[in-house]
Amino acid sequence: MTAVFRRELAAYFKGMLGWLFAAFLLLFAGIYTMAYNLSGYYANFEYVLDSISFIYLIAVPVLTMRSIAEERRARTDQLLYALPLRLSGVVLGKYLALLAVLALPTAVMALYPLILRQFGSVSLGPAYGTLIAFFLLGACLLSIGLFISSTCESQVASAVIALAVLLALYFIGSLADFVSTSASASLVALLMLALLFAVALWRLTRSAIASALALAVCAGGLFAWYAADSAAFSGLFPDIMAKLGLFDRFYAFVGGVFDLTAVVYYISITAVFLFLTVQSLEKRRWSE
Amino acid sequence: MIEVRHLTKRYGGHTAVNDLSFTIEPGAIYGLLGPNGAGKSTTMNIITGCLGASSGEVLLDGVNILDQSASAKRRIGYLPEQPPLYVDMTPLEYLRFVARAKGLRGEALDEQLLAAMERTGTLDVRDRLIRNLSKGYRQRVGIAQAMLGDPEVLILDEPTVGLDPAQIIEIRELIRELGQRHTIVLSSHILSEVQAVCDRILILSHGVLAASDTAENLTALFAGSGAIRLECRAEAVAVGAVLDRVEGVERFLIRPGEGGTSLVELRPRANCDPREALFNAFAEAKLPLLELHRERASLEEVFLELTRDDPGELREAEPAEARAEESEEVSEA
Repeated sequence: MTAVFRRELAAYFKGMLGWLFAAFLLLFAGIYTMAYNLSGYYANFEYVLDSISFIYLIAVPVLTMRSIAEERRARTDQLLYALPLRLSGVVLGKYLALLAVLALPTAVMALYPLILRQFGSVSLGPAYGTLIAFFLLGACLLSIGLFISSTCESQVASAVIALAVLLALYFIGSLADFVSTSASASLVALLMLALLFAVALWRLTRSAIASALALAVCAGGLFAWYAADSAAFSGLFPDIMAKLGLFDRFYAFVGGVFDLTAVVYYISITAVFLFLTVQSLEKRRWSE
Repeated sequence: MIEVRHLTKRYGGHTAVNDLSFTIEPGAIYGLLGPNGAGKSTTMNIITGCLGASSGEVLLDGVNILDQSASAKRRIGYLPEQPPLYVDMTPLEYLRFVARAKGLRGEALDEQLLAAMERTGTLDVRDRLIRNLSKGYRQRVGIAQAMLGDPEVLILDEPTVGLDPAQIIEIRELIRELGQRHTIVLSSHILSEVQAVCDRILILSHGVLAASDTAENLTALFAGSGAIRLECRAEAVAVGAVLDRVEGVERFLIRPGEGGTSLVELRPRANCDPREALFNAFAEAKLPLLELHRERASLEEVFLELTRDDPGELREAEPAEARAEESEEVSEA
């Protein structure tokens, strides 16, 4: 794991990508700090972080796109399979390198509240609480980007898909308000999801029986639940959408609340996507 | 040492490797020979644990390679068909990464690094970006990578493909040198290469093992029915009279040659080499023999015969024989 971590980190900082990522984040952090704190006389650094969270939509896909997709294109993935390494170690090494790249601009930003403090009273609690949440949000998005990179053959495909997924996650919380809250609408929406899941399963496994079975189980379960307790379905789908809004969890921190459930949520999502990345690599070995 | 048992790999509807079984004994250089698409790379990928088989297993000293993957992989060095190089690194950085990943640390790491670079001749280019290296040097870096950690078995997939003739000779020499300390399995679709380097040859065709033997035995197998050609300065009638007296001649054909000579093509009886008798008989009759030689099936012919697209009689007959020989080996071991 350490060997992979060191190689990846060296690759990010010997090339432009690591520096570019840091510069991009810091550029926007600087612009918003100037606008809010220096020109607007706000004493809240968390507003800056709130405003620049959208930068992740571009920065994360660009940073993660080559991580695994490029290995596949250059056929260096064969080396990783042939070396006496565990795939979980490979994925963890790659992910920690990504985290280290993210940690650099975060560490620089950690200085900003201290600098602002020289010129007035800044409440450090919310500022640093939000900064930690900002890092966790980034960590979570990076794991999603890493997983997408592991399923793609080309960097461009990986970047485009990651951008689409992150955009969806960015807006999904706000979109939830516009979705019908009726029970039957939720049922239909969930059935559609089950169908999508079955199609994805079929694409991945090429097993029509397993996909049909999965669809039957999901649909059957939904219908049974609906028949037993249709009231539970009212507002269920918009609820689920709101729960998926990774960015919406972040806004609670900006409001001055250090939300521990959100921390657990971010870490769980990260763990799930790292696990999926390992599985995706493992699957390649069997069906390449 | 490595035992491949009933290996089958299917990609969708296409069967790349079909019920393949063979054994790799320590201390020899094995050549996996076959035309493009015969399943060589697939087989090697499965042996090294890079690819899962549809069915069958690979045992390393009796242990399934997938069960003990980390310890098994430490004992196998692998150079895939396309050397897996990070082109944004220098050979030194790259090899250091591989050495670390193979669990080497400290002095042992530096020693092995230096030894691998020395033996593959990559010491001079150690600080250049791999991106800027020629194909020959890239191949060497790939071989150096496989050597690190001093594995018992080296598996090299087409190690000389795309190299110029001088580089090919260098790499072959390197492989022969490595063969003194490691068991080597290399693949190639070029027969002369396998013939030049390998002790034993496994011929793959359409994912099936068509033959497995030493180069000499493979040639001999097909040379048994080799015809004998001779040229004699005499009339056809006289030559015919002599040939009638020689034992071990099944049938012959005499054609007139240039300048009053006779050209003879004769077929000896099975398991019989009448060349000496022929020489003596012609000497007694005072008929000067200008030429006498037995035709041997070249390995090239054997190879083409075994791997041709329409499965002929010969190819049908061969796997059975090859397998029979192999099972003898196994029972000896």
